Amino acid sequence: MKHGRVSVGLGLALLAGSLSLPAVANPFETTLENGLKVIVKEDRRAPSVVNMVWYRVGAIDEIDGSTGVAHVLEHMMFKGTDTLPAGEFNKRVAAMGGRDNAFTSQDYTAYFQQVPSDRIGDVIGLEADRMRHLNFSDAEFAKEIEVVKEERRLRTDDKPHSLVYEQLMATAFIAHPYRRPVIGWMTDLDRMSADDARNWYKTWYAPNNATVVVVGDVDHDAVFAQVRAAFGGFKAETLPARRTIVEPDQSGPRRSVVRAPAELPYVAMAWRAPTLRDVGKDRDVYALQVLAAVLDGHEGARIQKHIVRGSQVAVSAGAGFDGTSRGESVFIVDGTPSRGKTVADVEAALLAEIQAVQKDGVSPEELGRVKAQVIAGQVYKRDSLMGQAMEIGAMDAIGMSWKDDERMIEMLRSVTAEEVQSVAQRYFSDETLSVAVLEPLPVENKPRTRIAGARH
Amino acid sequence: MQKFSAFLISLFLWFAPGFARAAVEIQHWTTPEGARVYFVPSDALPILDLQLDFAAGSAYDPADKASLASFTRRLIDAGAGSLDEDAIANRLADVGAQMGGGVDDDRASVSLRTLSSKTERDGALDLLVTLMHEPTFPEDVLVRERKRAVADLQEALTQPDTIASRRFTQAIYGDHPYGRLATEATIGAVGREDVVRFFRSHYTVDRMSISLVGDVTRQEAEAIASRIASGLPRSGGHDTIPPVALPAAADIRVPHPSAQAHVMIGMPGITREDADYYPLLIGNYVLGGGGFVSRLMDEVREKRGFAYSTYSYFAPQQQAGPFQIGLQTKGSQVSDALAVVDETVRTFIADGPTEAELTAAKDYTINGFGLRLDSNRKVLGYVSVIGFYRLPLDWLEQYPKAVASLTVEAVRDAFQRRVKPDHMVRVVVGGDGDTAHAAAPPATQ
Repeated sequence: MKHGRVSVGLGLALLAGSLSLPAVANPFETTLENGLKVIVKEDRRAPSVVNMVWYRVGAIDEIDGSTGVAHVLEHMMFKGTDTLPAGEFNKRVAAMGGRDNAFTSQDYTAYFQQVPSDRIGDVIGLEADRMRHLNFSDAEFAKEIEVVKEERRLRTDDKPHSLVYEQLMATAFIAHPYRRPVIGWMTDLDRMSADDARNWYKTWYAPNNATVVVVGDVDHDAVFAQVRAAFGGFKAETLPARRTIVEPDQSGPRRSVVRAPAELPYVAMAWRAPTLRDVGKDRDVYALQVLAAVLDGHEGARIQKHIVRGSQVAVSAGAGFDGTSRGESVFIVDGTPSRGKTVADVEAALLAEIQAVQKDGVSPEELGRVKAQVIAGQVYKRDSLMGQAMEIGAMDAIGMSWKDDERMIEMLRSVTAEEVQSVAQRYFSDETLSVAVLEPLPVENKPRTRIAGARH
Repeated sequence: MQKFSAFLISLFLWFAPGFARAAVEIQHWTTPEGARVYFVPSDALPILDLQLDFAAGSAYDPADKASLASFTRRLIDAGAGSLDEDAIANRLADVGAQMGGGVDDDRASVSLRTLSSKTERDGALDLLVTLMHEPTFPEDVLVRERKRAVADLQEALTQPDTIASRRFTQAIYGDHPYGRLATEATIGAVGREDVVRFFRSHYTVDRMSISLVGDVTRQEAEAIASRIASGLPRSGGHDTIPPVALPAAADIRVPHPSAQAHVMIGMPGITREDADYYPLLIGNYVLGGGGFVSRLMDEVREKRGFAYSTYSYFAPQQQAGPFQIGLQTKGSQVSDALAVVDETVRTFIADGPTEAELTAAKDYTINGFGLRLDSNRKVLGYVSVIGFYRLPLDWLEQYPKAVASLTVEAVRDAFQRRVKPDHMVRVVVGGDGDTAHAAAPPATQ
């Protein structure tokens, strides 16, 4: 048993929405008059239910100078409403036997509870209350902003690889909002006020900017009625126009260096890549997803086989591409050199893997393996209520739908070896490459020797 | 992809002791070969989850070869029969199966998730059987994995959380096997013959439990379990893990240029079958186990904004696993945060929980019964623990009943007897890079 945080990855698995049973219309979806969308997926295996509220607002909607405010507001959502004192939300959910939390990404902010299924009405009521009646004091804000700064220190400032990722995004994007970290720059957090958070709430937290997702042992009509009763009285609001910010063309490679206490250097490389907008047409996105899986989709994939196990240039290396988001996309590869090897060696080895696909393509076996994993993944994901709710909500929040899922899987399965080779040839020029490198700084009073020396 | 995850997730320290709904009935039998099997059928999804647990955790490492258990587990899928590691990985991927597992102090685990359709299931099980019956432990893979392990270790040893965790483990366990830590020297000392010998003496029928959850019949489950057991040695080494002695109190500080200081406070805690299991775990929910609603969270984070994460937990093991309190805070306020933690713990031990707090802890535990087992994956987790540690088959049913009968006095009494300042170790690592710390004006009072 471990204490750990709820963690969620966006990989191939999340490409797919829920695998609905053919003859049954599950999930079920409706939209209230005030614009609140409700999606219910019945899963009757256990007396358990996940309730989520997804707001279509994230760090992408922030402006310079107030980076991190979407995430700070997420924290403040637990700090009381007109009728509920700070901290009471968590206490009520815990007394039901449930757990609750929230998360913020570039694209959305989401809140969730997992509770016994007979308590679904109660948590729907709690979420409705804080959608419109949040009320926190300046004093609560003053404490919580310090908590968020500690979170930044924990997750980013003291984590060299996180710093590299932050720097990589800030390098790859000059105009696009993904250049800013979700948690915000520390200098912005230092200057943030309670009113910044309140204004964010007033601007974005409205029924017509949210989707309720419920997955579990419930009846969809009953849930629709409960949501209508709790949220139905709220007015739709006029939301600010969302400006699409398009990253200008890049005209040559960019490099960035981070120095931090560490033993081993590390390098991450990002190429600009397309994002899925038209599910039935954007075949390059699917082909790039297959390419990422051929490179690093399982233990036998090329990067593990060639770079980590074969040449042993790197002690660890990987590749990743999502391609589903509100904003723009990058295809990333990364690695840590073995002793005696350099960051340049790792970069060259990673590039060589892409060049091999450019030149010789991928084999039918490799393609078959990727597809077998996708198909199995469609079944495995149904084991987790939380996973199913995450997938439905995330798809919806980025402007797609769980209804796109089957089509996306079909598209992915139809990707050919020629298409994989073609995207490898077209998207990996150094014209659109950004690289961030970790240069290790010595740790003073190196504890390593002490620990080794103190061993029994 | 995980490291590139753009999500920021508010911390939820999820340390729920095990609960379940009564509906999970565990079928148990012993195969003709002598293997203990634990089975929960479920045809709700076309999936089979299987896990083998062996008494082959890192506590069985020789002191001078710490990491032997870990290498043995790691090399099981590095070569078997005529298959090399690439062929093994590809076969798994071809049938869409997933292998997992790992090593903790007590256990080495091998887990397999496969579709239950015949072709996929047979392919995945055939591979698992080959891995368990005919591992080849290739020398070249061991050499490479030793290098990678040393690199990982060197990197980890520059990070304050790893440093704190190692110092803490070492300080509370001393020479006990739970305190053994891998170093470059112990990693370098692990040879192929050690791995082969360790596998033969620890991956044996008498040291194993088999757990199956999912879409197979009892008859199929029996056949699968027998097949796995049939190719393993019946009995292995008789080494066991000795009881843990309590350490003397200690205060350890290690400098590090991080912004935050990482704090760990604690001592050896409880065994799996400890007489104080329920009062300590439920009491700990109130102290620091209850996510956002614990006293530590309230005092350290909610009232003062001192930390993002603060927690306490008991990790029950074969012998006394750690009781640990932890937090991370910027270097300049570590003394203030420590004072709050000390006072919170002192008060809790002296007075125990309030009636209201105990009721809240019981509500959480009992009402949330069904949520702990709402997926095959979660069921497998509990079933494998029950099987490996030989807990009563109705353990999941008894749990909420035992919790319901707890009193404030019982919790307070257990904490007073078991959480002793005389044995508490405190480790503080880093925080020297906090700029506020460096720029702090000299104290004037």
